[in-house]
Amino acid sequence: MTVAAPPLLQMTGITKSFPGVKALDGVQLEVDRQEIHALLGENGAGKSTLLKILAGAQSPDQGEILFDGKPVTLANPHAAQQLGIVTIYQEFTLAPDMSIAENVFIGREPGRWPFVSWARMADETEKLTRRIGLERNPMTLVRDLSVAEQQMVEIARALSMDSRVIIMDEPTSALSLAEVEKLFKIVRRLKDEGISIIFVTHRLEEVMEVCDRYTVLRDGRNVGAGSVSDITIDGIIRLMVGREVNALFAHREAAEPGPVALEVKRLTRLRTAQDPHATEIRDVSLHVRRGEILGIAGLVGAGRTETARAIFGADPFDSGEVFVDGTPVTIRTPRDAIAHGIGLVPEDRKLQALFLSQAIRTNISVAALDRIGRFGIFVDEAKERGLVEEYRKLLNIRMAGAEQAVGNLSGGNQQKVVLARWLALRPKVLIVDEPTRGIDVGAKVEVHNLLFEMARSGIAVIAISSELPEVLSVADRIVTMREGHVTGELMRADATQEKLMAMMTLGTTSRAA
Amino acid sequence: MAEVKQGAADSGSVDLFGFLARFAPLIFLVVLMAVFAVLEPRFMSSINLFNVMRQVSITGLLAIGMTFVILTAGIDLSVGSLLAFAGLVAAAVAKGGMQDRFTVGEGGVGYGWELAALAAIAVGIAGGLVQGFSITRLKVPPFVVTLGGMSVFRGAALLFAAGGPISGFEHDFTWWGQGKIGPVPVPVIIFLVCGLLAHIVLRYTRYGRQIYAVGGNPEAARLSGLNVTAIICSVYVIMGFFAGLGSFVLAARLNSAEAVAGTGYELTVIASVVIGGTSLFGGVGTIFGTIIGSILIGVLLNGLVLMNVSSYIQQIIIGVIIVLAVAFDTFAKSRRRKV
Repeated sequence: MTVAAPPLLQMTGITKSFPGVKALDGVQLEVDRQEIHALLGENGAGKSTLLKILAGAQSPDQGEILFDGKPVTLANPHAAQQLGIVTIYQEFTLAPDMSIAENVFIGREPGRWPFVSWARMADETEKLTRRIGLERNPMTLVRDLSVAEQQMVEIARALSMDSRVIIMDEPTSALSLAEVEKLFKIVRRLKDEGISIIFVTHRLEEVMEVCDRYTVLRDGRNVGAGSVSDITIDGIIRLMVGREVNALFAHREAAEPGPVALEVKRLTRLRTAQDPHATEIRDVSLHVRRGEILGIAGLVGAGRTETARAIFGADPFDSGEVFVDGTPVTIRTPRDAIAHGIGLVPEDRKLQALFLSQAIRTNISVAALDRIGRFGIFVDEAKERGLVEEYRKLLNIRMAGAEQAVGNLSGGNQQKVVLARWLALRPKVLIVDEPTRGIDVGAKVEVHNLLFEMARSGIAVIAISSELPEVLSVADRIVTMREGHVTGELMRADATQEKLMAMMTLGTTSRAA
Repeated sequence: MAEVKQGAADSGSVDLFGFLARFAPLIFLVVLMAVFAVLEPRFMSSINLFNVMRQVSITGLLAIGMTFVILTAGIDLSVGSLLAFAGLVAAAVAKGGMQDRFTVGEGGVGYGWELAALAAIAVGIAGGLVQGFSITRLKVPPFVVTLGGMSVFRGAALLFAAGGPISGFEHDFTWWGQGKIGPVPVPVIIFLVCGLLAHIVLRYTRYGRQIYAVGGNPEAARLSGLNVTAIICSVYVIMGFFAGLGSFVLAARLNSAEAVAGTGYELTVIASVVIGGTSLFGGVGTIFGTIIGSILIGVLLNGLVLMNVSSYIQQIIIGVIIVLAVAFDTFAKSRRRKV
């Protein structure tokens, strides 16, 4: 490599704000020719935003992008592709009912317009797929391919665009061990052919194995970059979590927990042909006691939400047992779960919990209508208003009135409405999935205090969070998950962010399997 | 604190908009009536107004059922066909079979109006149940199921009556369509009583609440422990009930049932519901609005007839109005989203 040649891709001072949050703040990223570059960071560190900017899906507020030493603007996805920057997303963008060849050349079909030359298309597709070791007839439907083969079609498509940088977002998350090795072989061959790869992954061993250099983001800023040979996995973890624990997040005096309220044994949910990208959970066993807050930590795709949804009957599971108060129970639907005293505050309150255009009153009472009924069929509105008022005070919900549409409330108050709905049912077990996502710090503290209050009143609480400081502050005991497995358990007193991050990223379960 | 103030301010302006959105149909109705009253003096005569109400009551009954369906973000295109089929069954029951299909009272083998009415309602409920089952269990979209139903029930009606009408009923049968209590036609009373009952169900019962919840956000409703499948199935049964009841009243009014009855009703009925402010996206709407919407369409058609506007043009006007009403609803929804 000549000394004078500038890096292939150079991003400097990239800043991007969304309402209320600065996603990227003066970030830089440098990718050399013929390099496999790891882009690393916790959930919410800004990786996705940076990738979107590179793909031309979003434009930065500030910053400069040099490609081949020349300044460029990536105004739209087409512009990025013209330069040879192609992104392969975690969720593939293939059309399942079209052939490999059609998918590779979609929108750029060879032939004299308006006709498509099928022979040429098949021919060129075969050349591309051979190059990466996919031995399939180009006319095979994508639907009939395995996930790994579909990924190869994505790579073939990227190659067909004469790409110079291929961005791979979590390319190994859906692959088996053998398939991962094969992918690495392809990636190395592409590198030898002169293509640079930006590799986004949560699996740090893979970074050590295949990548040349790394860049770590945290809270939208650069916190480290360098050569992979100069750093250890521990070093990367330290960079990823190095943020100070927010002093606002207080612990509670952990009370003596009561008897086991909920126990789950060997809960398993596998992918199906209909949904090959679903996150699997395998042999998940855990329990939570009355008056205890169990935290579940893990990275995106670790299976935390899937575990919660399976326990609650929101998704079917393949095998496993659920015990409430020591008694085995059958839960097939959320109705069953509620009947057994289990509640779930889902991760996306707008899509999964709230009736946005309807009143706060009906949003709070919807699950508890039988408690405020009259003659079995009518709703007693006086009792209903009393219920709303009770929880407005208890949870300090700031609202104009009970008839206000819940969509007009701030995120924190919306979340309190969802919590009120479940508290009105007086559950034995309450699972809260990302209880403070998208709400401001003040409201976060309030929600944390509410969780403490619930535990004190004897509810068994399971708190799922992507934010390690939150897990560390809220939970009495923490279980970590990775790729659908439970990888460890720590009492809060023994837990640190570094230990948890190691358990979330290094669990060797799937590699051993 | 700033956040609270802003919330309050927002809700104030939304309330004004919501107020207008809620009463827009009523305001439009009053304006329309005033215009017709000025242009055509015959319009405001009490005979004409009761006549309008009598015409409105059949599609109005269907619109009450359709409100339940649309509140769950569903649709039922089969209402007109189901009404024709149920009406023929009721007529056949009233006549005691298919002999004497054009005579009154002779032979005396027919059954009373009670059984005829029951038969019509039973057919309607059965039709609704089959469609509701197909939508919830076979997971075929409501649009497709009821489009199929539209053809199936029309075919069944033609088959059942061999294409012809069945007419000539006893007086106590036709009273339900032609009779009056005081000055008020019986169908109008049936329509308004059913409207009141439906209003009570939607506004004051747990079941009503659950319909709004399922329509507002089916996933949230499921995760709140509601039996979404049963609720969605039930609204098609309710729609079927009203199609059966409507068919009985229509047969009574016309003293005849025929296989082509109710052709095109789905458009009028859906238009009545949508103009009345019920959102095709589900979760928003009232029976009060639907009643106003039904009367509005009835008044519009009646006024246009009195002014000798061609029925072709009437069809064009109805079509334009339904699109405008949905455009307004979409606009209202995007406004709700923004805040």
